Amino acid sequence: MSQTTPPTRRLSPLLFAVIMIALLVALVCIWQGLVLFLDQGYSDIVSLYLSVGLVTLAMSTYMMYQTRKRMVRIISMEMQPLSSTVQCTKCGFKNIREFKRGDFVFKETEEICPKDSLRMVISAIYREVKDKDKAKENAY
Amino acid sequence: MLPILQTLLQGIFPSGDNIIGWIFQVVFLGIFVVFMFYGQRFQMMIMVREVESSLFKLKFMRDEARKTAITNVKEIGKLEGDPTVQIDRFLEYFAISPVDLDPSGVIWRLEHMLDVRDIRFKDDVKLMAPKADDTQINNLENMLEATLALNVIYRVIRHYYVLGKKTLSLYVIMQLQMILPLIMREADAYAAAQKAFMLGQPIGDGAGALVAAKLMQGYEKTKVEKDMVIAEVPIEGRNAYVLKAEGPGGNVGKPGEAIRQVIEKKKGKISLAILVDAGLKLEGEKTGEVAEGIGVAIGGPEVDKYKVEEAALKHNVPVNAIIIREDVGDAVSPMRKEIVDAIDGVIERVKRVILERTKPGDSVIIAGIGNTIGIGQ
Repeated sequence: MSQTTPPTRRLSPLLFAVIMIALLVALVCIWQGLVLFLDQGYSDIVSLYLSVGLVTLAMSTYMMYQTRKRMVRIISMEMQPLSSTVQCTKCGFKNIREFKRGDFVFKETEEICPKDSLRMVISAIYREVKDKDKAKENAY
Repeated sequence: MLPILQTLLQGIFPSGDNIIGWIFQVVFLGIFVVFMFYGQRFQMMIMVREVESSLFKLKFMRDEARKTAITNVKEIGKLEGDPTVQIDRFLEYFAISPVDLDPSGVIWRLEHMLDVRDIRFKDDVKLMAPKADDTQINNLENMLEATLALNVIYRVIRHYYVLGKKTLSLYVIMQLQMILPLIMREADAYAAAQKAFMLGQPIGDGAGALVAAKLMQGYEKTKVEKDMVIAEVPIEGRNAYVLKAEGPGGNVGKPGEAIRQVIEKKKGKISLAILVDAGLKLEGEKTGEVAEGIGVAIGGPEVDKYKVEEAALKHNVPVNAIIIREDVGDAVSPMRKEIVDAIDGVIERVKRVILERTKPGDSVIIAGIGNTIGIGQ
């Protein structure tokens, strides 16, 4: 099996250079068009500069946006935070903390109940989905 | 600003001797002609690009999962040497399903094959991680299985992608592009599952096991075949045999066999069997919703389902099912709060069903089905 490919490899230096050159050409064309327009008024060459500049600007921005979108999608594979509820079996006192490796439901922990001085038990381990995602799920 | 706009419009919609306008017209006509002949090719190029992008993501997921698996096996197993070769061999494992042309006895042949596969997987994991305890072995095995699933998905998608490009077949690429969103969801779920298995976190599929674990708290538990635990719990004046897979390692056990054994041991004197499991929800339904029904709520290769149906039919035991709804992604990724919150409601439902359908003094079976990773008893 092949080695891990870093996500940044997707944006090749060549593609990046092409986008940057196109962006530069677009800006120069627009600038030149505007200078000529202010200097001489309307002419075919002004129209050519502005049209080429705007079309190139639109195309390079779109390409940049597409590349960025793909990279963001790949990089967003992060783990969601998990919570462990530690509970006293006698008084029901609860403490919610971050999940630690080795935690499991009904595990007796080293944590002591502040009221009964008894060792507390993990009563639940769960992850919470962001409200935004929940709203999307419950939209229909 | 207005004169600039006018200049542009004059360029695009020519009048008289506007050369730029004519250039636009010619370019427009050229594009029209090119699209008439090569439209389908362009469409295919766009689809290929989309598939390529997803394939890249799948490759990244597979490689990350493999890297995580190697690191984790090294860390837990404390093997002298590098387990990479063994892990790579594991990721290429396959299982051939039994012949179903002659369906007689296919369940037993399938069970045998699954047992052999399970033993082989466990033995390999033990060789990779000789210092790991039973719980860690189960978690590592589950983690490697999730990595294997990601590897299979990546290889299959790559196969059709390359095939589509080689044959220039729009229909191969089109089918792939259409089904990819569903496959990507599944791959995302496996990637999340791999991390959950690595850390021993409870997953959504363990909802049934969590219900059983809560019911058997404080009662004596005994181990039964295979990888299952059972406790006799008095519920509403009835004697309930509560079953679940042995945790907290990643394990589904053999609930079908365990239920059959309890029914046989009690000589069929079981008034009711209730199976609690995570059930796939339809889009639009809420995660953690609880539903009741009849039948054997056990997923997977159906060997266990068959055994329960056989035993229930033989001894005329009514089988009820309670499911906690969740989607496939939630089932294999760390358990959501909505599922945990639904557990007490499920226990109430179990008690209500027992009260409605049995008499005091009766014996009932309550089986919590699902992977018990991160859930003790």
